[in-house]
Amino acid sequence: MNDQPSIPVAELTGSFGGLQARSNAQLNSVARISVRNLDFYYGPHLPKALKGINLDFPDRQVTGMIGPSGCGKSTLLRVLNRMYSLYPGQRAEGEVIMDGRNLLSPDIDINELRSKVGMVFQKPTPFPMTIYENIAFGVRLHEKLSKKQMDERVEWALTRAALWNEVKDRLQSSAMGLSGGQQQRLCIARTIAVRPEVILFDEPTSALDPISTLKIEELIDELKRDFTIVIVTHNMQQAARCADQVAFFYLGELIEVAPAAQLFTAPKHPKTQEYITGRFG
Amino acid sequence: MSAVISISSVLSPEEAAMKRRLGRRRRLIDNLVRAFCLLATGVGLFFLASIMLTLLWRGIVALDWTVLTAEFQPTRYGDDSLPKGGLAHAIVGSLIQTFIATAIGTPIGLLVGTYLAEYARDSKFGLAVRFISDILLSAPSVLIGLFIYQVVVLPTGGFSGMAGALALAIIVIPVVVRTTEDMLQLIPNTLREAVVALGAPKWKMITLVAWRAALSGILTGVLLAFARIMGETAPLLLTSFGNNVLSTDLTRAMASLPVSIYQQANSGFPDLIEIAWSGALLVTLGVLIINIIARVLLRKRH
Repeated sequence: MNDQPSIPVAELTGSFGGLQARSNAQLNSVARISVRNLDFYYGPHLPKALKGINLDFPDRQVTGMIGPSGCGKSTLLRVLNRMYSLYPGQRAEGEVIMDGRNLLSPDIDINELRSKVGMVFQKPTPFPMTIYENIAFGVRLHEKLSKKQMDERVEWALTRAALWNEVKDRLQSSAMGLSGGQQQRLCIARTIAVRPEVILFDEPTSALDPISTLKIEELIDELKRDFTIVIVTHNMQQAARCADQVAFFYLGELIEVAPAAQLFTAPKHPKTQEYITGRFG
Repeated sequence: MSAVISISSVLSPEEAAMKRRLGRRRRLIDNLVRAFCLLATGVGLFFLASIMLTLLWRGIVALDWTVLTAEFQPTRYGDDSLPKGGLAHAIVGSLIQTFIATAIGTPIGLLVGTYLAEYARDSKFGLAVRFISDILLSAPSVLIGLFIYQVVVLPTGGFSGMAGALALAIIVIPVVVRTTEDMLQLIPNTLREAVVALGAPKWKMITLVAWRAALSGILTGVLLAFARIMGETAPLLLTSFGNNVLSTDLTRAMASLPVSIYQQANSGFPDLIEIAWSGALLVTLGVLIINIIARVLLRKRH
């Protein structure tokens, strides 16, 4: 399945001066999710964590979100699947539009939303069950499949996550025994298995070694053929390698959004310039 | 990078003397603290060891097959032709009451602990429940016996095995609440988020993943609660009272090991006191075994 040209390892160590952003600067003009005038509060008496964000996530492309710690990039990610609503007191105002509906409105079925907008976390989060059950868990929440169909779905998801060959002989052993990189690909497979339309990645490689990181990045490249992808990363080379569109956040504001090549080579905003050249952050 | 901090290597004689003095003082205090700690440990170990040795020595003497299979018999006054008594009635009664109490107390404790950890983490009501549960955890058990005496024994017209089991269940609840809550608190929030991110409702997150992740810890809590109520005496005196014959009728007075130990040790007859010692040995062995199982379970977790 690995028909994608692999990213040369040398790039992992490339300096910022040598940033090789994706050359296909043509962005898909169809937005899968549109964020309009979004404000976010972590508590009733806390200042805005996001201020008037307007951003489109192009269909079946990778949007990278970068910025220094506390800039709001992860906050925005957690608005897209309403993860924040787990925590009483956190509140989002504005619109997040998908399929013509505002995801923030109270009549949205939040579990259905999350079946359409999947999420992969910073730390691998395998469930304490077998590899097979890890994948089947999410599918069972939304679909009734026969044993055979479920077997096929599990194989499909693990194959898409480039994990099938490594685990096909031990599907019934515990997922906790996998390596960190395998666990993360398991989590990706688990997310894909539900067949979402959008996948959110929250710094998916920051807990992984360089080889596993490379595998995940190749995977993201491969997945964008079918899924709209949003990735939060601290690593600017990663954003340059993976993303078609990059959004730079600073202090809760969206400073600049542009095709990756453009943002990294000719940023319009001086703050972006400072950040990508490593002068702060 | 690492700046070299220069320390004058030449000390004046006064400085050197001061340094030596301070060094001696430091070592002296160090040794004193160590000695006190060792002494305290020794005292504790001495008492523990003497209890265990006395128990073994006195308990093994009378521990034979009859103790496990026979019911209570009055003292033989040294006449060996009379039948020898045992503790079968108490062992059976203890097992029945302990199992029922655990079966009642565990689900309640599990749900309360889950409520505290998953639904009421920072709420005022949650704080109050946690506080009350902790008080119950350290409440004198005779108080719980008295409570059941008042609300169950008196209205139903007599001591009963069920009343004993209920009293023990009340002791089980706070133990299970505490361990369940603690074990669920240990589960990282990202795991919860990962379950919810797949579109799972909260109750599925709790029952299918959180409980499973905390399973061995929760089981350990249940076992420890089981071990604790095996040795409870005071609440049973006021509820199931004790019985000299083997009875499995939950509506009548029921024997139990701790109460039998208490009664027979109190009888003043050497042969009955011997049987009481073997009963004490049995309870201790039971508690020991359960504690070992609990530790093994908890270790598997890590």
